[in-house]
Order: sequence, then C-alpha cells, then structure tokens
Amino acid sequence: MGLQLYVATRKGFWIAKQGTDRRTWSLRGPTYLGQQCHHLVLDPRDRRTLLLASRQWHLGPTVFRSTDGGETWKEAATPPQFPKGEPRERAVDHVFWLTPGHASEPNVWYCGTSPKGLFRSDDGGVNWAPITGFNDHPEQHKWVGSDKDQTPDGGKLHSIIVDHRDPKHLYLSMSGGGTFESTDRGDTWSPLNLGVDMDFAPPKTDGTEYEFGHDPHHVMQHPVNGDRLWMQNHCGIYKIDRPSNRWSRIGKNMPKEIGDVGFSITPHPRDANTAWVFPMDGTGDWPRTSPGGKPAVYMTRDGGDTWQRQDVGFPREQAWWTVKRQAMCADTNTPVGLYFGTTNGELWASDDEGASFHLLFRDLPHIFSVTCGDMA
Amino acid sequence: MPRVVVPSQLRGYTAGKSEVDAAGATVAAVLADLDRQFPGFRFRVIDEHDRIRRHIIIFVGGDRVDAVDAAITDAQEMHIVGALSGG
Repeated sequence: MGLQLYVATRKGFWIAKQGTDRRTWSLRGPTYLGQQCHHLVLDPRDRRTLLLASRQWHLGPTVFRSTDGGETWKEAATPPQFPKGEPRERAVDHVFWLTPGHASEPNVWYCGTSPKGLFRSDDGGVNWAPITGFNDHPEQHKWVGSDKDQTPDGGKLHSIIVDHRDPKHLYLSMSGGGTFESTDRGDTWSPLNLGVDMDFAPPKTDGTEYEFGHDPHHVMQHPVNGDRLWMQNHCGIYKIDRPSNRWSRIGKNMPKEIGDVGFSITPHPRDANTAWVFPMDGTGDWPRTSPGGKPAVYMTRDGGDTWQRQDVGFPREQAWWTVKRQAMCADTNTPVGLYFGTTNGELWASDDEGASFHLLFRDLPHIFSVTCGDMA
Repeated sequence: MPRVVVPSQLRGYTAGKSEVDAAGATVAAVLADLDRQFPGFRFRVIDEHDRIRRHIIIFVGGDRVDAVDAAITDAQEMHIVGALSGG
C-alpha cells in the first residue's frame, strides 16, 4: 500500500499517504476530532493493526485499536489503569506512549502513561495490565519524583524500548525520572543515567552522580546496532554504547549559539553513526521554540563528533515552532526520508536525508506525534 | 428505572442517544448498568478508584453529587455533564 504517516494531534488524528513518486501525498482525516491523540503507531509485525493513545478532555484515557489499517476502530476492553484501591491512589490521566512488542511476541504491546506507569497487553491491545515490577517497585515513588518533577501537563513515561535482539530486555525513560533498564521483561529495573547532566539540581554533596531524577525527552535504540542508544535530554544530546553504563554528551559538539536542547532524536535506519535532532531554545525563559525563530534540523554522520545544519526549505526567519518528542521519524528508503510535525500544525518531509525539506500539509492542530509505516 | 441524560462527549457509546435508562439505587450501580449496556462508558466517567473525573459533573434529581455512592431513585434523572473546563 505504500508509506503512510500517522499524525496524532491535540485535536484528532490524520493519516498521510505517500504516492509512488515519493513527492505527492494525500491526507485522510480527521478521526476522533477533538480528542487529544498522543501516539498513533502501526504494528510492524502485521502492518495492519494500529493502536491509538487517546484522551477526550472531559473523559478518561483510553486506547483505540484498528485491525483494518485505520478504517474502523474499537476501544480497548480494559484500558490501562492502576489497581483499584492501591495505596497511592494513582489514576491514569492519559496514555502517552505505545510500543509494539518483540517480533517473536506478535500480540504484545507496551504503553507508558501519565502519571508515570508502565502497562502491557498480551492480546494486541485489547486488555492492559500494570507491570507491577515497575509500577509497584518500593523505590518507584522516588524514581518518578514529586509534582515539581513533571512536564506541565503531567509526568510522562515514554521511550519504551524492546531490544530487537531480546524480548526480555527493556528500557524506559521518564520526564522526569531518568532512564531505566530491565533484563527480565520488566520484573526488575535498574537506573541507567551515569554521565547525564542534571543542571536543574545542585551537585550532590558527596561528589557522586545522581542515579535517577534526570529528564530524558526521547531515547531511541538503533534499529541495527542494538548496543547504540541515542538520547535527547532536557540537558543535552547523548549516546551510549552498551554494555557501557555511561552516556556521552555528544551535544557538546553542537554550535554554541544553537545549544543541544530539544525533544526528538531520530536514528538512521541503517547507519549507526547517523542521527537527526531538532534543536529548540532552552535559554532564559525556555521558550522551546526554534532558536532565533529560524528552524533547522541538525544531523551527525560521525556519532555526534560533528553536526551539520539542515534548513533548506524552511522559513528563514520569524518561525517560532518546534517539534515534540514523538513528532519526528525516518523511513527505511534509500536515501532515507525524514518526516516531522510541528507545534503549529505543519507536516514537513525530506526525501534526501535532510538535504532539503518541503511542506506537505499545514493548518493541522498542534502535532503531538508523527510515526511512519508501510501498510500491508 | 432512572433516566440518564448523556452529554455529547459520551454519545459515541450510546449510539447517539442523549437519554437512556439504567437500573440502580446508587450512582455507582447506574454507571455499572450503563457499562453493561455500553461497554467502556463507566471508565470514561470515573477513574480506577471510583472518583468522578475532574472534568465531569454528575447531578441526581438536580443536585450535584461528589461521589458515586450517592443514592438515586427510579423517579429521578441523572445528568452527566461535561464541565465548562477550558472556557
């Protein structure tokens, strides 16, 4: 059927379909107009099932599921929810993140919520259950922090990664809280934050590093080299090569006038040393806009040692949008196609690995996420 | 059997009906019957700890109720309202 972009916005979702020439696009939607759609993801295992994390402003959070490529939708029978009567009385405000399970587990999905919770479905997203090894860990209340450690509309558990080499090996990240790792399918967890800066907290008096409490905005595993993880953090851009437990701040190599703050990070589908970020202004009052009102993607082809500005096709000035953490993705074409959605409702694409960009659609609502997939 | 007035946000569950009937002597029981008739309805109105959601208001017989253990009679109407949150 060809490449499609799944565009989830603050007021519904749209699906953009690419023509065979890679330059013409058609737009289908809106669906669930008025609902806050945080994440819309195609199942890469059957390439027909779509899951949607949605919240209507008045109503509670839920997950919708389509098994016919988005033609019809049905609500989860048991949406993600904390156990009734639990002592902390957490209640899911919205489902923020969806991750398909390992290729060998075709019906498994994971989701992350606000407040921070981790849930799993073993039946394709119909019924969801808490992962108690994380949600009820005795230290979890410390990991997730207080109300002062959250994003403005509530803390986020995001970037759930299932290692493509091992279904038991998981990562998750939290804004704030940091990145954590499990090697037993979520039964036990360990922090993975050494080397990551926390300039919003004073140095520890004993000189050691904080184990958790960091603010990763987006973490991605390289799709081929599974030991390479990329992170866009509140405090810079990082990479790590496992089994090392120490992140390296490669954002220090970004131009000083741009800085290395942003939301999204997008690895190349094949080359483990190539990735793209969309920097935002993290100075002063933290406007979180394109620095100087001049949007640009930055690309590295050498693992973060150097970065190149990519802004051909973008407005040259007075463009104050930015790109949220789930709103940029890459296809698997040669050359790679890049796609992102903006906070002012524009959908942009590049079919030459960022050498140039062109506007696909404008005047959509605030875009929360853009994912891509090749529908069967 | 109490009559329930359904807000526009929830009519996707009730096949577009703005008024439905549901059995029960408390708000909780009425919501349970609504969920039996219209699967998924209840969790959009109350959370996993049976608290009425922040932007939902429930009236029984014209009086606003704050908890789902509030009583209701067959002669009363229950209004579920989307609050004016957000202007």
